[in-house]
Amino acid sequence: MTGIKARFDLRYPGFRLNVDLNLPGRGVSALFGPSGSGKTTLLRLIAGLERTDNSYLSVGGEFWQSPATFLPVHDRPIGYVFQDARLFPHLTVRGNLEYGLRRIPSAKQDVSLDNLIELLDIGPLLQRKPDRLSGGEQQRVAIARALAVSPRLLMMDEPLASLDQSLKQEILPYLEQLHAILEIPVLYVSHDLQEVSRLADHLILLDAGRVLAEGKIASIMTRLDLPLAQSNNAEALIEATVAGHDPAYQLTQVRFSGGLLALPLLDLPVGRQVRIRVPARDVSLTLSPQTGTSIINILPATISGIAELGTSQHVAALDIGGTHILSRLTRKSVEMLELHPGLLVYAQIKGVAILD
Amino acid sequence: MKKLFALFIAILAASPLAQAEELQVAVASNFTEPMKAIAAEFEKDTGHEVQLSFGATGKFYAQIKNGAPYHMLLSADDTTPAKLELEGLAIPGTRTTYAIGTLVLWSAKAGLVDSEAAVLAKGEFTHLAIANPRLAPYGAAALETLDSLGRTAELRLKLVYGENIAQTYQFVSSGNAELGFVALSQIIQQGHIENGSAWIVPDHFHAPIRQDAVILASGRGKPAAEALLRYLKTPKAAVIIQSFGYKL
Amino acid sequence: MPDQSNLAAILLTLKLASVVTVLLLLIGTAIAWWLTQTRSRLKTVVEAVVALPIVLPPTVIGFYLLITMGPNGPIGKLTTALGLGTLPFTFTGLVIASIIYSLPFVVQPIQNAFAAVEPRLIEAAATLRAHPWDRFTSIVLPLARPGFITAAVLGFAHTVGEFGVVLMVGGNIPGQTRVVSIQLYDHVEALEYGQAHELALALIGFSFVTLLVLYSFNRRIVSINP
Repeated sequence: MTGIKARFDLRYPGFRLNVDLNLPGRGVSALFGPSGSGKTTLLRLIAGLERTDNSYLSVGGEFWQSPATFLPVHDRPIGYVFQDARLFPHLTVRGNLEYGLRRIPSAKQDVSLDNLIELLDIGPLLQRKPDRLSGGEQQRVAIARALAVSPRLLMMDEPLASLDQSLKQEILPYLEQLHAILEIPVLYVSHDLQEVSRLADHLILLDAGRVLAEGKIASIMTRLDLPLAQSNNAEALIEATVAGHDPAYQLTQVRFSGGLLALPLLDLPVGRQVRIRVPARDVSLTLSPQTGTSIINILPATISGIAELGTSQHVAALDIGGTHILSRLTRKSVEMLELHPGLLVYAQIKGVAILD
Repeated sequence: MKKLFALFIAILAASPLAQAEELQVAVASNFTEPMKAIAAEFEKDTGHEVQLSFGATGKFYAQIKNGAPYHMLLSADDTTPAKLELEGLAIPGTRTTYAIGTLVLWSAKAGLVDSEAAVLAKGEFTHLAIANPRLAPYGAAALETLDSLGRTAELRLKLVYGENIAQTYQFVSSGNAELGFVALSQIIQQGHIENGSAWIVPDHFHAPIRQDAVILASGRGKPAAEALLRYLKTPKAAVIIQSFGYKL
Repeated sequence: MPDQSNLAAILLTLKLASVVTVLLLLIGTAIAWWLTQTRSRLKTVVEAVVALPIVLPPTVIGFYLLITMGPNGPIGKLTTALGLGTLPFTFTGLVIASIIYSLPFVVQPIQNAFAAVEPRLIEAAATLRAHPWDRFTSIVLPLARPGFITAAVLGFAHTVGEFGVVLMVGGNIPGQTRVVSIQLYDHVEALEYGQAHELALALIGFSFVTLLVLYSFNRRIVSINP
């Protein structure tokens, strides 16, 4: 799939969405930003649910929209998951799943409904009507329904936003599985960084109808000029592989471009890819390698940049063998240690969590 | 406040509602215009007050049976007064024919109906309106006329039934029925036929359409009732009645 | 067993009510859908016109129909030009008069039912490959079903009970326009009270049974789709 090229210029009174994007044809691209930034509007424009002149959209080499043409939403090979499930109340769960399935020619059906039912664990629910399902169950059915039409592009509009924390945690694993299995691109709208950092490969940062930045998620999250790195919850993502286990100490070692990290024991095979979260607050710096400290993960790094946040806080970006992480520092520390870009330091990573 | 109240009472006392001598007369709707004229003359000549109500004879019958306070009935037929007398609701010996209806075949289109009613034989029309024979004597007479002409079988399917003679007239005057049997009194003004074309049905084609009047039980002992009944037979009344196309 | 003429009137009335109800469901659906979807300024005008028959006395409707459908009226001239003659005193004329008379009783329940169907569900159907007509038949119609049942019942009952309009344009022709309400009226006028009772009781009995059946059907649907 050669990707998504989108150009939209939409004006409402008091709001303007003006974007020119190139999105990858694989993996999960997250449209991220505060509410009102236009991310849902953008998703709906790509789906064809909203329409504006002056637009251009091509997906996988096919023109869906141009000043001269407009492919209506029902002719676009998409799957769309709404924030509010929107299951049809007069049909059973099975009826809902088969709704779209019946409307595509059998030649185009390359998703097995049984696989979807198993994947999303909705087997026991098939004969029920939507009003007898919990919020989480409804959302799982909605996801299965959208996938049942064998879409070439899956679009999800804040699918977890209307669920409480425990339901979110229940469904995220399903979404991560989807991420691993699906070969189609996914556009995922969210304002929740946690969801996005678990699921996305590519991040599009939106604010007030404009694209602030787009790119691989790991690099967007550590760019000092963007709000993500500047926030109190700033964190970095590291793509790593499981290297070995140390059952005696209940530790697992993972390898990434900058070396090895030790994490609490994981029940995963060697060689498995994992994504690690490193909160900026959990990274401190020393000028020389420490001995006699309880922190295990200490790695050499080069400071690639420092940004001021307010009067007393700074955040530094560190390059560890090509992988970037962040460290939250006080102004006092920066001045005392005379930290500056290019300086070789040691990053002490206290809390490392696996995104799982 | 007290003055206003006294004034109110005085007005009430002076109004017709308080008049004991006022006569309540139920009149068949086909006789509306002639009766208005006769009642005006009657009031002038005798000083009695008359209150007229117009409507379908069948309705009056049902109302009278259920105690409606009419003193006199001028019916559209002769059977209803007879029935009332039989049922003790009318004073025996007061029944009298006050008018005889004239049936006429009429079309709103000039030149359609000639003096021979050849149009009936030709049959070049879609609808022939008559009053419902079960309810209106004019309708019964119309059917009798068709029987006499020997045309009933062929014209039956073209028949359209008006609920009463007034609706029958309306069907014909709006052109929805090209022709119909109506009352002469409906189509004449000042002695001649207003518009369209007509054939006055000769007497021998149907039983006479007798319209009878009768004094009802509640009119017993009312001098005004007897006076009006007599007045209907006077030459003055006769002139009015005939000028509206009725016979005597 | 009711006598011949009463039976004929009953059958004619049932035929009229059935034909009118079916036609009104089709016409009413189209009008109701347009009213739900349109943003035109004409919407309130159309709604007022549709609602007129609720307010106007039936005899007024019948009277003006008699004139407009007659040989000198615009509709009458049209039908004559088309070789169809004039509509008063015909079954077809009654059907048209009844459609006008019962229109709002069919349009309004359907319109309310359509308005209650959430547009976001229709949007979801669009993302599942349903084109506009498909969305209408697979989502809107099933969810609006109770409204259709109400509309059908009201339209049918209203037509059966119609009197004033039929009185004006019917002409009381046996087998063509002599419906039960007219036949009943004639019995009363002609003092045939026995026949009148027979006919009235048959009508009440039939209507009651029909309503019972239809409302129990509606109840079953409601319990399936609360």
